[in-house]
Amino acid sequence: MSELFNVSANPHVRSKDTTQTIMRDVLIALAPAAIFGIYNFGLDALLRIVIGIVTCVAAEAIYQYFMHKKVTVGDLSAAVTGLLIAMNVPPTLNVGYEILGCLFGIIIVKQLFGGLGQNFMNPALAARCFLLIAFTSPMTTFMYDGVSSATPLAVLKPGAEPGEATSLLTLFIGSHSGVIGETSAICLIIGACYLLIRKVISIKIPATYIISFALLIFFFAPGHAFDAEYMLKEVCGGGLLLGAFFMATDYVTSPITPMGKIVFGIFLGFLTFIFRMFGGSAEGVSYAIIFSNCLVPLIEKYTVPKSFGKKKVKAAPAK
Amino acid sequence: MSKCTFKGGVHPYEGKELSMDKPIVELMPEGDMVYPLSQHIGAPAVPVVAKGDHVLAGQLIAEAGGFVSANIHASVSGTVKAIEPRTLATGGKCNSIVIENDGKYEEVEYVAKKFEDLSRDEIRDRIKAAGIVGMGGAGFPTNVKLTPKNPDEIDYIIVNGCECEPYITSDYRRLLQESDNVVMGLKIALSLFDHAKGIIAIEDNKPEAIKLLREKTENEDNIEVKVMKTKYPQGGERSLIYAATGRSINSSMLPADAGCIVHNVDTIFSIYLAVIEGKPLTKRIVTVTGDGVKNPGNFYVFLGMNYRQLLEAAGGPDGEPEKFISGGPMMGFAMYSLDVPVVKGSSSLLVFKEDIVSKIESSACIRCGRCGAGCPSHLLPAKLAKLASKKDEEGFTKFDGMECVECGSCSYVCPAKRPLTQQIKAMRRTIMANRRKK
Ligand code: SF4
Ligand code: SF4
Repeated sequence: MSELFNVSANPHVRSKDTTQTIMRDVLIALAPAAIFGIYNFGLDALLRIVIGIVTCVAAEAIYQYFMHKKVTVGDLSAAVTGLLIAMNVPPTLNVGYEILGCLFGIIIVKQLFGGLGQNFMNPALAARCFLLIAFTSPMTTFMYDGVSSATPLAVLKPGAEPGEATSLLTLFIGSHSGVIGETSAICLIIGACYLLIRKVISIKIPATYIISFALLIFFFAPGHAFDAEYMLKEVCGGGLLLGAFFMATDYVTSPITPMGKIVFGIFLGFLTFIFRMFGGSAEGVSYAIIFSNCLVPLIEKYTVPKSFGKKKVKAAPAK
Repeated sequence: MSKCTFKGGVHPYEGKELSMDKPIVELMPEGDMVYPLSQHIGAPAVPVVAKGDHVLAGQLIAEAGGFVSANIHASVSGTVKAIEPRTLATGGKCNSIVIENDGKYEEVEYVAKKFEDLSRDEIRDRIKAAGIVGMGGAGFPTNVKLTPKNPDEIDYIIVNGCECEPYITSDYRRLLQESDNVVMGLKIALSLFDHAKGIIAIEDNKPEAIKLLREKTENEDNIEVKVMKTKYPQGGERSLIYAATGRSINSSMLPADAGCIVHNVDTIFSIYLAVIEGKPLTKRIVTVTGDGVKNPGNFYVFLGMNYRQLLEAAGGPDGEPEKFISGGPMMGFAMYSLDVPVVKGSSSLLVFKEDIVSKIESSACIRCGRCGAGCPSHLLPAKLAKLASKKDEEGFTKFDGMECVECGSCSYVCPAKRPLTQQIKAMRRTIMANRRKK
């Protein structure tokens, strides 16, 4: 036995969870919806998922290598971004566009801001918004079973051309058009439950987000106030569930304070309601989240938790 | 029955099964005994013996050096060999009395008394004379705690039987094996106050202790056994007071400001020994455990004994352990040498085969918020650590960094393995030093 032993500051034990195990859990949780996407849209979806993940991981590794930084793709965060980007594009999107989106998300939004933990916008959503602006038509043209078809949400949009309404059950299961990963409510909910049980995410943001949005729709949706079925369709159709459970909960770009999470969720619900009901497009989740990401520092500033035992008026002066 | 708890906290691997069923074994000391003059907070004790003096076990060898200070007694009989600086488990050096053990264990005569015959002042005097301090590690003199400014406002005396630090089982064994005397100690403490109630707080991972103490206190109207949820740091003073009574205190308050006095199990037992049997504090229970020792166990140890002997008592090292910790894994001190004495606050020697902390690499903060969720003081450790690394004293104080109890929960849960507690602690030291300068 050597005579001088290792010393270090307390604590001397650490939990088993690491950044990598957390990201792995997110990948596992996204799997049901991704697999359903492949089932629903076929090989087109599989191809885009593979390309999304490979491009993001490779882009991050190459960038870090050439910038002489530690290559951290092992933490799996780039893989999560890649999968999320793929799940957020239509299965028919030109693969080149998708690659461009991945590069934008990883290089510009994530790495140029300092890498994991420093980016203020969710890279996957930033990529989606970038693609929506740059390639509006391919990003919003949906095919289903070989025919072009409006998404259920577009049909629900106030003032939209009357189309064939999708039944609630179909929305729940997910066999309809849309982006690859958003269609199946049930698969997304299964994944979300996994994250909640594993305590990877807290229920605060998704719950306040979905509930506030649903209430606004129920009471104030133009032409559909007090229409429960309409409300449920708005919740299950489109990107709300994917966004609320998997993107609004992104640690890096959501408030760290417990109160802040609630404020953030309510604000998201409000913005999504406005964008979907009164905005130019049927979808509003992505823009709502990106917009709210920018407000996170402000939200955090005003929601610092009260420390334990602190009285409003200081009970005793510090010695 | 509902379980008491607090908001925050973490669930580290408990490791109690290694030693919880091992009855206490008394260890006879070998070699020189070392008695550091600072085994408590406050001024060091002042030696009342000189080199060459013969002393008996239980004899006073150093006297309290001020109000917040405590007497120190020899635990063996023998000759004073030296008074010189010696290394402590915490790594610092402290002037210490060294006694050569003559192996005879001749004791001074202890004056036993009946509880009924003692006045409050006599009880306090006997506790003071015995040199009892908080034995959970803080080392606050017990008689000072039991003499608050407004004794009328003390509503609760809480016996901290949580033992929330993983691995340690010394309090648990004490509760199981000496339950009568622990209850007696609490009754003595309660007798000092007009309307204090006793609470024995035990975590729900120790059902046997809960059952036994419930039986023993069945006929005591003003003593209640409360079950606490097993969670770290349930036994932290602030968390415990909150869980047991619903009252909360911050860093600038004493438990007495919330009408509470908290005592460790071994401290309460020492009160019994001092007041009834007239014996000073010269022994304590130490758990020696971890995957780096062959036979983990609980030992009744003479204060002043060498840590090396503790390791041998537990069957010696298993392989080549990399880490030795005095205290628990969450708040204990890593030791660079085992050549240090057991003192009043030594609750355990923890030996790990592998020093995991030195092997993990920290990565970027992913803002997961787990550090804040686990913080018993409801702080934002990630933010505080950032402010600390920028040396922003003002910001650090504004975000209540001085409310941190240094429990280690934040570092423990962080998935990015950031050294949060370490950074926050360092900053607190700097700020405290600066305040003292002013
Ligand atoms: S636990 Fe670690 S990674 Fe999570 S917010 Fe705190 S410092 Fe950052
Ligand atoms: S060490 Fe301090 S900041 Fe970290 S969890 Fe404990 S009290 Fe909170």
